Amino acid sequence: MTTSVVLQKVVKAYGDIEVVHGIDLTIDPGEFVVFVGPSGCGKSTLLRMIAGLEPITGGDLVIDGERMNDVPPAKRGIAMVFQSYALYPHMSVYKNLAFGLETAGLKKAEIEPRVQRAAEILQIVPLLGRKPRALSGGQRQRVAIGRAIVREPRLFLFDEPLSNLDAELRVQMRVEIAKLHNDLGNTMVYVTHDQVEAMTMADKIVVLNSGNIEQVGTPLDLYNNPRNQFVAGFIGSPKMNFLTAQLKSVDSKSALVHTGGHDLGLNRAVAAKAGDTLTFGVRPEHITLNEGSGLKLGDMRVDLVEQLGGATLLYTTLPDGQSLAISLEGQRSVALGSEVTAYVDPDRCHLFDGTGAAA
Amino acid sequence: MTAHPFSAADSASTSGRAVTPSFWSRLWTRDAPGYLFLLPWFIGFFGLTLGPMLTSLYLSFTDFDLLTSPNWVGMDNYTRIFTADPKFAASMRVTFFFVIFSVPLKLAFALAVALLLNRGMRGLPLYRAVFYLPSLLGASVAIAVLWRQLFAGDGVVNDFLAIFGIEGPSWISNPRYSLWTLIVLSVWQFGSPMIIFLAGLRQIPQDMYEAASLDGASKARMFWKITLPLLTPVVFFNAVIQTIDAFKSFTPAFIISGGTGNPINSTLFYTLYLYQEAFGFFRMGYASALAWVLLAIVAAFTGFSFLTSKYWVHYDE
Repeated sequence: MTTSVVLQKVVKAYGDIEVVHGIDLTIDPGEFVVFVGPSGCGKSTLLRMIAGLEPITGGDLVIDGERMNDVPPAKRGIAMVFQSYALYPHMSVYKNLAFGLETAGLKKAEIEPRVQRAAEILQIVPLLGRKPRALSGGQRQRVAIGRAIVREPRLFLFDEPLSNLDAELRVQMRVEIAKLHNDLGNTMVYVTHDQVEAMTMADKIVVLNSGNIEQVGTPLDLYNNPRNQFVAGFIGSPKMNFLTAQLKSVDSKSALVHTGGHDLGLNRAVAAKAGDTLTFGVRPEHITLNEGSGLKLGDMRVDLVEQLGGATLLYTTLPDGQSLAISLEGQRSVALGSEVTAYVDPDRCHLFDGTGAAA
Repeated sequence: MTAHPFSAADSASTSGRAVTPSFWSRLWTRDAPGYLFLLPWFIGFFGLTLGPMLTSLYLSFTDFDLLTSPNWVGMDNYTRIFTADPKFAASMRVTFFFVIFSVPLKLAFALAVALLLNRGMRGLPLYRAVFYLPSLLGASVAIAVLWRQLFAGDGVVNDFLAIFGIEGPSWISNPRYSLWTLIVLSVWQFGSPMIIFLAGLRQIPQDMYEAASLDGASKARMFWKITLPLLTPVVFFNAVIQTIDAFKSFTPAFIISGGTGNPINSTLFYTLYLYQEAFGFFRMGYASALAWVLLAIVAAFTGFSFLTSKYWVHYDE
């Protein structure tokens, strides 16, 4: 399967209200692309426009080189898995899987093996005779995915398919969907508001905010080099710390930043001028309490300690009242209310200007 | 009022022994206000429903005629109904014909209009109210009188047909058409089931249709394979309610036929015949027996509907 999807200046408006503002995006053949963003950012609308369930107000949708704006959903060669599963409650699992094929006019002899194959892939063969109400959430989700597989589409669309599952099942299904992508090799577009899902599943993440693309890239690219403060805050868990900072001096190779009551020297140029107020960003996992393992960020009071087993999370307050989260490897014993000194690796620090763009 | 039970419990806990208020004191102090609020319903239920029902059951075994004391006649009234009353059979034929045709037609019409109104059109509340109006007016005497004028030999319907050169019959005095006129009147009162269908249609998740549209299903296939099966609980409810209503139908037949059930008993609804026996011939005992037979028939129909529902009604959970 080598399906590519190209969005060119795609706009969606409801009357006078524009909700998606000229999206440009290329999805390469076989890619697993995740649209991620907060509620109302337009990610599901974008997916529905690709599916043909929402008309495109402006711009072009091109699938495998063919403009698809006016092509009905059924003729686009896509299958979609819905958040609510959208299983027909009055039909058995078999009937649910076969519905699309029956609608396409396929003969029973052709339908049977395709349903059987999809059921085997998803390990739901024993469930074929059951009605959806007799299935658990995870089983329903498998059937919903099976209904997509059975149609052998060139493009899979997933609209927050794991939102209704409990945490354990979400992890399990996440792995299964990723495996499915490896096995089938189809191009898949997946919508989620959960950045962990995005990070773990995607070949490419598209971060959306208020109907615009904030950044497109591989998970690690977004994690290491966020283009702006929104992406930096959205990608990564726990989220990146942001502190107010002053740029004291800057030249073509280095910059001196004052934050948390201390000066930090960074070995890189900064796109700002001395005296500018910036936002200093550092991820909790890039802060240590080990002297000599980086530059001193400051002394701070420990307000809360969370033991996660594999890591210890400290929630602290700097002398100027700003909050800072620190993630330490392993199980660390830190007393509540105690003073600690934090150090950061200057190469893993981020600076954002007044508009939120990376400086 | 509510302080009493709590104070009793408090004293029990402090003294260390259980103090259980007597049934009557509990009834008076705690339950009395509740029963007071229920009183209007109790009066209605016992005085206007259960009492008359039991009285009618008793009277159905008597020869009560309003003027003399009722005499116990055992099963005589019921025996006569089933063995020696040609009008009973005639009224049954008319009523069954009415039920069998009016109920499906009304439901189909109601569903069709509900499907039209479910398309998110502008002014939907207005249309809903307009279409519901006949249901509010339909069973009234005034509308029945109006209906009689519309379908009379020189009525508006025939005036309209005359424009096209068609000479229409007298729809209500011709035994071939009179019952159909009443069926049309009944179908015209589709508002109530329509509103319920509309509510049912709104309950069907939109993503089922979206999934079907991705599968390439046509509108017709979506209706037969998704809408109708998912609407079967509502269809079932409407069918039961409308069937019971149709069996009980009285006013239109009474007004249009002038209380006779004519022409040639073609509009002699069961309830009309029952009314004739009770208030025309004062055979209250016999009329009571007829009423209980109707109740048994309606109960049998309803029971049959429930029994078969498991084969065709699809509940989600």
